Amino acid sequence: MKNKRFYLIGLTVAVVLAGFLSFYASSSPDGLEKVAIDLGFIDTAKESAVADSALADYGVAGVENERLSVGLAGILGVIATGAIMMIIMRLIGRKKN
Amino acid sequence: MHIPDGFINIPTASASAALAVAGLGYSVRAAKEKLDEKAAPLVGLVAVFIFAGQMINFPVAAGTSGHLLGAVLAAVLVGPHAAALALTVVLAIQALLFADGGLTALGLNVFNMAIVGVWGGYGAFLLVRKVLRSTRSAVLVGSAIAAFISVPLAATAFSLQYAIGGQGTFAASTVFAAMFSTHIVIGIGEAVITTLTVGAILKTRPDLVFGMKKAKA
Repeated sequence: MKNKRFYLIGLTVAVVLAGFLSFYASSSPDGLEKVAIDLGFIDTAKESAVADSALADYGVAGVENERLSVGLAGILGVIATGAIMMIIMRLIGRKKN
Repeated sequence: MHIPDGFINIPTASASAALAVAGLGYSVRAAKEKLDEKAAPLVGLVAVFIFAGQMINFPVAAGTSGHLLGAVLAAVLVGPHAAALALTVVLAIQALLFADGGLTALGLNVFNMAIVGVWGGYGAFLLVRKVLRSTRSAVLVGSAIAAFISVPLAATAFSLQYAIGGQGTFAASTVFAAMFSTHIVIGIGEAVITTLTVGAILKTRPDLVFGMKKAKA
């Protein structure tokens, strides 16, 4: 498979997962949360300093439609992750030469 | 298994952050040495895929969910050094933009997932690959077993941090037992996703898979 096609398919899968399928993700507590609830130390959790930020908890502040809100947050996360990762890889590559 | 602020005290979080920074420093040096320029886009894709995959919580038992960790997936695809960096980017974005995982807990989370999960998981992968004589199917079996192990391994790292600096009043052994048994089940999902993804890439672009290097096609 050619590079361009390979990366296009890969990126599409990521966008579909983060932008569309994320809405259907289980909302049950994850393993650590569940253990913390069952054993009773969940109360020791403190709110993150960015808990009120525009994208907190994978939703875009002000977007009422939940499907749209989580999907947009996911796609923005994909873009931010990809951009920062590529910048870091470029910096690492540059120092080598 | 993103630790929120408050679960673990600040001294333990700071010590974990220091260990994480040391591990990342080593990972950057190794990545510089081992990676060629062609690898950069795959590292970017792996980071993006892990971010997306971690959004998809799957049910594992009554009232509990799990999601991809991605440590072994990344390590097999791009090597443990770049994988540690990719997991760290994902964890930092989640903590800073999405309030997923605490800010003071970032060092704890990076240590557990990006260092212990990636390097420990990759060690398990290498061991299985060697035992199975480094064939292509050994890469797949190794990915599955290492992915399965990596989740309870990272959960064990949390349990150690809890034993040292947990703010709750529960016995460390109780926390360890609960964390380990829950995350063994999540590890099955991790193994399935990791094996399917590595398998798909081995089929289309085996030349890109770091874990295939020095292995027989």
